[in-house]
Amino acid sequence: MKHLRVFVVLGFMGAIALVASLSVVAAGSTGTSSRKEAATAAAVKPPPVANAKAIRTKYGGQKITFIGDNIGLTHQRDLKLAAQFTKDTGIKINVVPHPKASTDAYAQLARNFSSHSSSIDVAMFDVVWPGAFAPYLVNLKPSLGGLAKIHAKGIVQNGTIGGKLVVMPWFSDYGILYYRKDLLKKYGYSHPPGTWAELGTMAKKIQAGERKDNPNFYGFVWQGNAYEGLTCDALEWIASSGGGHIIDNGKASIDNPKAAAILNTIRGWVGSIAPRGVTTYQETESLNAFDAGDAAFLRNWPYAYSASQTSSVKGKFDVTVLPHGGKNRSVATIGGWELGVSKYSKHQGAAIEWIRYLASPGAEKFTAIFSSNPPTIPSVATNKAVVKINPWLKPKIANVARVARPTRYLKAKYQQGSTIIFQGINQIENGQNANSVLPRIASELNRLLK
Amino acid sequence: MSTTEATSVARPRFRRRRLPRLQRRQRRLAWILLAPSLLVVALVAFYPLGRTVYQSFTNQQFLALEPTKWIGLANYFGAAGLIHDSIFRDAIVTTVKFTVITVFFEFVLGLIIALVVNSNFKGRGVMRAVMLVPWAIPTVVSAQMWNWMYNDIYGVINDALLRLHLIDHGVAWTAQPSTALASVAAVDIWKTTPFVALLLLAGLQVIPSDLYEAASVDGASKWQQFWRITFPLLRPAILVALIFRTLDALRVFDVFYVLLGQRLGTQSMAIYNQSTIVQTGDVGYGAAISVAIFLIISVFVVIYVTFLRVEEQ
Repeated sequence: MKHLRVFVVLGFMGAIALVASLSVVAAGSTGTSSRKEAATAAAVKPPPVANAKAIRTKYGGQKITFIGDNIGLTHQRDLKLAAQFTKDTGIKINVVPHPKASTDAYAQLARNFSSHSSSIDVAMFDVVWPGAFAPYLVNLKPSLGGLAKIHAKGIVQNGTIGGKLVVMPWFSDYGILYYRKDLLKKYGYSHPPGTWAELGTMAKKIQAGERKDNPNFYGFVWQGNAYEGLTCDALEWIASSGGGHIIDNGKASIDNPKAAAILNTIRGWVGSIAPRGVTTYQETESLNAFDAGDAAFLRNWPYAYSASQTSSVKGKFDVTVLPHGGKNRSVATIGGWELGVSKYSKHQGAAIEWIRYLASPGAEKFTAIFSSNPPTIPSVATNKAVVKINPWLKPKIANVARVARPTRYLKAKYQQGSTIIFQGINQIENGQNANSVLPRIASELNRLLK
Repeated sequence: MSTTEATSVARPRFRRRRLPRLQRRQRRLAWILLAPSLLVVALVAFYPLGRTVYQSFTNQQFLALEPTKWIGLANYFGAAGLIHDSIFRDAIVTTVKFTVITVFFEFVLGLIIALVVNSNFKGRGVMRAVMLVPWAIPTVVSAQMWNWMYNDIYGVINDALLRLHLIDHGVAWTAQPSTALASVAAVDIWKTTPFVALLLLAGLQVIPSDLYEAASVDGASKWQQFWRITFPLLRPAILVALIFRTLDALRVFDVFYVLLGQRLGTQSMAIYNQSTIVQTGDVGYGAAISVAIFLIISVFVVIYVTFLRVEEQ
């Protein structure tokens, strides 16, 4: 009893620590699905497996490990698909969610492959990883080449290294512009900006007006932190302004006047129509700012659409393609996830059947409705029920020209190359002139490409 | 046998002789009992260290299929070696600046808190336990919490300062180079001051109170009591706290990772090391960085240990 007080206080402290940890984890996780989504999600079921009997005879009873999507709604989706697959074919699937941060997920797979472990059979691969992992993946062309034909060509090409189809497309992501349609109307604009210059003008005017009531209002937010997301945003700025694709034809092409011009424009925006802190924003922070009603324009991935349905800007925003520079066309950086089989897997046949099911039109329709993941099959992407829930799938947005990050040229050195790119662009955002940073980026990239 | 024992007792000359059998047996027993722990330390500490040093002399890549080659000192002194790495030099400078700022403030604040909590007041026990809360929360969790608080649009800190009319628009604490290091240091100081306070409190409790009574009788002021009694007697605890904190601060990772990420110019040594090994996959070069960090920290350890020894004399 003498020490009761100490124990009580220690227990109290432990409880505080526990609650603090859990609340940060919960706040950061993507498990916050909207009620509307949950209602639709519950209504849709995974499709039955095609050729189930034949698969069961050949591989029934085997067990494979699948490194799947994050904890939350997407993990639920994986579990549902796995349950249906097991029910139909008798192949058991151990679904393991991958780490939330893309770099940690990369590290997990890198460790697995470098130790030649057979503990992972199928895994999700970010679209920028096939180049690095190609030597460790099974060629899916013989078995899934036919299925690959109905998927978007650009994404299939992205997953084809040295003639081998090393990963099967699953979701595609592309950058889009979110805008406050109520504010555009209020300040007399009848349509969203078509060029970057227009966006700058509109953002300035709206910000000036809104600042009277809201000192935290800014015109435009994007992902400006020094991480992979910045490479995506920067590629969009540069490619839509006629500045090339950072690396073209095996050589760094980023050091050109058009790229320097658009990057210096962005540099001018930081601190004026974009918050000074935008150089530290990732997807979450930029989305939070938009959802809190503190931004007129946001560049983000399609997932943000359903995420914003539970925020204060619900019903007040819309989406469109990103602006372009001058007479160039608008573009969107390809993001997304693909599926691959480890060449050290002991159940390659069963693993391939699992991928065949996941990448089939029926399953992609399910994932599009259940967790609003953009399908890589054009016919599914134009399906009426799917488009109804995901307006960013409308043809005029979904058909925007896609640009790919330079994984094709950098291959296994992509992470290193991307680091050079995003660190340099981040320096420009923080105030350095693009004309002095771009030559350095180009020479360092050329050194990697040698 | 007995003559040897008799000789070692009888002759007072200080000659190196074989120890008496009992002592020899005790020594052997001591080694046998220590052997398991030494084995564990060798396995957990020396083997990885040795392996890292070995790896730093190779060109090992994480995902490469070609076999690793021995390249000698190229990772250190070669054309693309550590010597020419300006990013690593910046990282060292950033980390040392961070270490000096945080250790200084943690020490001063920790000492003040320890002195306060050492004195007798109602609720002292509860206060001592509650003051450890910042330290109890996992670093990554509290760093993320602070990251959102520092946000220049919806952060709590900017909101409070705006309402108090101390600033006219939100400050991007972690983005601006002028405030970035200070912001990160503030989080670390918030988190670790309780730990330093605890170490110093332990040292304070050992000082007998009759020293203070005697000093008061002799007419010493509180300030004199502090400098003449408390501070000297607290020196061992202070040095322990300083060594702990300096070594920890030199290896800082969590707060930098969450708050500053991979921006050029604000990386700590551990951040640069991690991104080289995990993201670039350059294990050989990363091992060289690890060895360099190890050597830098060793320098600080040697300085402190020499300092300690001087004190003991």
